[in-house]
Formats: sequence, C-alpha cells, structure tokens
Amino acid sequence: MATRRLGAKKIRVLPGFKLTLGFTLFYLGLIVLIPLAAVFWKTSELTWSEFWHVVTMPQALASYRLTFGASFLAALVNAFFGLIVAWVLVRYNFFGKKIVDALVDLPFALPTAVAGITLAMLYSHNGWIGQLLEPLGIQVANTRLGVFVALTFIGLPFIVRTVQPVLEDLDPELEEAAASLGANRWQIFWRVILPMLMPALLTGFALAFARALGEYGSVIFIAGNIPMKTVITPLLIMGELDMFDYAKATALAVVMLVVSFVLLLAINVLQWWTNRYNTNNLA
Amino acid sequence: MTPAATTFHTPHRAEQNHSTTESPFVRRLLIGIALVFLSLFLLVPLVSVFVQAFAKGIAFYFHTLGDPNAWSAIKLTLLAAGISVPLNCVFGIAAAWAIAKFDFRGKNILLTLIDLPFSVSPVISGLIYVLVFGAQGWLGHYRDAEHAWFPWLQSWLNEHNFKIIFAVPGIVLATIFVTFPFVARELIPLMQAQGRSEEEAARVLGASGWQTFWRITLPNIKWGLLYGVILCNARAMGEFGAVSVVSGKIRGETNTIPLHIEALYDDYNFAGAFGMASLLAFLALVTLGLKTWVEHQHARQNATSGSF
Repeated sequence: MATRRLGAKKIRVLPGFKLTLGFTLFYLGLIVLIPLAAVFWKTSELTWSEFWHVVTMPQALASYRLTFGASFLAALVNAFFGLIVAWVLVRYNFFGKKIVDALVDLPFALPTAVAGITLAMLYSHNGWIGQLLEPLGIQVANTRLGVFVALTFIGLPFIVRTVQPVLEDLDPELEEAAASLGANRWQIFWRVILPMLMPALLTGFALAFARALGEYGSVIFIAGNIPMKTVITPLLIMGELDMFDYAKATALAVVMLVVSFVLLLAINVLQWWTNRYNTNNLA
Repeated sequence: MTPAATTFHTPHRAEQNHSTTESPFVRRLLIGIALVFLSLFLLVPLVSVFVQAFAKGIAFYFHTLGDPNAWSAIKLTLLAAGISVPLNCVFGIAAAWAIAKFDFRGKNILLTLIDLPFSVSPVISGLIYVLVFGAQGWLGHYRDAEHAWFPWLQSWLNEHNFKIIFAVPGIVLATIFVTFPFVARELIPLMQAQGRSEEEAARVLGASGWQTFWRITLPNIKWGLLYGVILCNARAMGEFGAVSVVSGKIRGETNTIPLHIEALYDDYNFAGAFGMASLLAFLALVTLGLKTWVEHQHARQNATSGSF
C-alpha cells in the first residue's frame, strides 16, 4: 500500500504499458469490434421500413415470444432451485458434497451439442425420462416445454455460483441479532437473509436469462424446430443464413445484439450493486 | 485491510440454537430437493451419454471413433483449440498487465468490451465473420472491387482461391471469438487484487521488465492462468453454434467434433453420435476435475502467502 502511494503517478516504475495496452486494443478491435461493426454495416443496406418488416414478420414475433418466455421461465426456476442448492452447499454437510459442488458446473463444461442430443434422447417418447412422462400426457421433446428444459439445464450454474460466495460471506451475527430480538427462523430468512442475497440473486437471474436468449446448440435437438411453434430466434437466423439471405439474418441479429447489450449493461449495474453491498458488510 | 478492532468476536460461538439454524426435518428436505433437482438435470444426462455411447457394444464404439471422418473432426478440433487457446492466453496476460498495473481513462469501458463476446449469441458470433470474410461480405467485395487498395493482395487472393468462410480459417476465427474473454477475465481481478508493489520492488532492485514478469508476476498468477486456460480449452473444443455457421459442414474436411456429432445424429446413427459425444463428455469431466484441483491449489497458495 505504501509503495503504491509513494510511486508518483507520472513516473511509471513498471514497463510495458504501451506494448500491452496497444496489443490489447489491436486484438480486441480485430477479433471483436470490427466484425461486430459489420452487423450494423450490413443492416444499413436495408431501409428502415424493410428492416422493420423483417424484424416484425410473424415467424420473428413467434420466435421472440418463445425465446424470451422460455428463457425467463427457465431463469425463474433456476433462481428458486439454485438458491436451495447454494444454501445446501454452504450451510449443510452431507455425503458427497464436494462432488455435487463440482458437478454444478457441468453445464459450463459440457459442450452444448452434447447436452442437446442427450436431452433430446432422454425426453423422447421412449427415452429414460420421456417414457415416464408419456403416461401422464406430458410431452417434452418437440414442444415448447423442451426448449424450457434445455434452457434450464444451461442456466443452472449461474444462480448457484453468484449466490454461493455471498452466502458464505454473510455475517452470522446478523442472524443471531435477529434471533435474540425474537424473530423465528422463517422471519430471519425472509426479512434478513433474502434481502441481502437479492442483488446476487438478481445478477444470477440476469446472467442465466442472457445466456438462455442466445443459446443454440442445446435447444435445437430437443425443440424439433416446428415453424411458428418451437423455433427459437437464433435458429431463425440460422435458417436465413442457410438460404443465403444475409440481410434478413443480420436484421434479426441486430435485434438480439441490442437486447444482449442492454442486458449486459443491466448486469454491470447489478454487479456494482452487489459489490457495494458486500463492502458495506465488511466495513 | 482495516484492523478488526471495532468488531467484537465472542471467543467461541454458543452452540447453535434452534432459531439460527433449521430443524433436522427442514434440513433433510432442502438437501433432498437440491439432490433430486441436480440428479434430474445433471447426473442423469451425464450418465446417459456414456450408456448410449456403448448401446451397440464396445466394438461399434471403436468403429465410430476409428472412422476417417471422426479422425478428421478430432484433428480439426485440436487444431482450432491449439491456435485459439494460446492466442487468447497471450491476450489475457497483456490485457491484465495493462489494466491491473496501470491507471488510465476508459478502463471500465475496456473491461466491458473484453466481456462482450460472452453476451453475443453463438450464431451471431459466426454470422459476423461471414459478413466480414464471406462471398457477400467485405472480403468478397474486395475481391471483386475494380480499384482495390492493394492489387497484389487482390490477385493473390483470387489466384489461390483463398477461403476463410466454409474453411478452416473461419472455424479458427469463430473459436477465438467465443473463447476471447476466458483468460483475461480470470487474470484481471486476480492481478488487480495482487497490486503492483511486488513488481515495483523487483524493478527498484534492478530486475528487467521480463525478469519481473517471469520471476514475480507469472508465479503469482499461475493458478489463475491455468484456470482460465482450462475453461478456455473446454469451450474451444466444444463450440457448436458459431462454428456451425462458418464451417460449411463438409464431412472429413470442415467438421469439428461437435459438428460431426450433429451429422451422425441427423443420420439417425445415435450410437455413433453418442460415441463421439462421450469424448467431449469425458473432456468435460476432466475439465471439472482439473478446475476443482486448481481451485484447491489456488486457495492453498493464498493461505500460505497470506493476504495483502
């Protein structure tokens, strides 16, 4: 700390600032920024009314409804179960806890195509889970429910991994104080613990939701891709690309990119809020 | 950082009374719900990959893996990961050095831009390269341009029929894009937390810039770096959506392992598809194992070196 303050800002003791920042900006521009700019360049070939026509065609509207709806529901289900998983992993001891903890990251590590064919197989009418659900009249494969199942799988680790560290750092004295003031366990959870977990929970929810919106590989196998019913927006873009209709594909991509960027902004604000909460606890 | 004199800790916490923990029944119920949920969504799919892979017996399994198209897919996947992981590693170290060791304006914008590829849908990640390098994109326009900036480049591209999209370079580029932030986002917070005093001390004592990096910085960040590399590699080998846009899916030529899995699955060769999938599922398990091990090592390093 002391050396940091002694080193005046104008004299740089450490070398390589220009080299590393220069390389960072060059590589970022080449790989990310210039190609992303191409999307907006390509869209400018369309007039505003053409663009509007493409992004509001019935197939597009149906795909937005499905993509946003299923992503939202999947993130919601994950918020509920993810909170329970995080709680159990932080607060209780049970046999095989370390393995369970490591397994939570499986959706990050398992390639989406593998997840896709596996879920499609499991939930098909003669699959392990599908044949149990069929007598109940529940069909998952080739339905919107299938999209939801795949997106739930994909979003699972986000909530657990954002809530877990906050739960670990939670000061037990707050709970003890609440208990000594006469609150019961449920009141403590609802009024003391949950409000403190809220920023992390919301961040995890937003991360899972954002990831689900763009997801492709794990969904397309189980969804069956029935036009107007189970076609997600990324698949619609893929379909336009297969027909070499780049203008249409790009217009749809612009809609998705704008939504992703807005979400990214929201997530950054949420994370700032989470961190502020944490440092307040430390002080 | 601040002395903990203001907070008062009881020497030993009184035994947990019923209002600061849950009853055994609630405990068991919550553990039960968590385990059922995780088994249904994680364990059952994982087990089923391996069961399906051997559904037609061990001979068929090795027949699938020995197929020339399978070999070509494995080689292409290794090539794409072999190029993209080291490049993103160099980028991650450079970006973390610039961001963590120096102060400059616009740092937060730079951090957001580095994370950008994570919020872009895989399909769009492929699409952007088609728009730049495809026949209808910038490169295509350049080839047909009447007054190109560099005529020798234009004629070279046309003579050699140099292709990026629907060819291997496009696959490598798309893989670099989707794995772009992995190493950087591990190293930046780590190096920020470590500060710059150790490196400054080394410099003052006469070490050169490279000596400082190799002897001070690298040993300090090695576990974080390894962590980033493991995650980066897993994604590079498993990427499907982005690669599927730029590959053209020519069997034996531009199919990676995930694309080969899709091709087999579309042929209703399920045992074959799951045979290939088992390779990637095995990779995922190795990734999880290594990740847990590295986390453990990293925690140990922090514990022995003490916090600053």
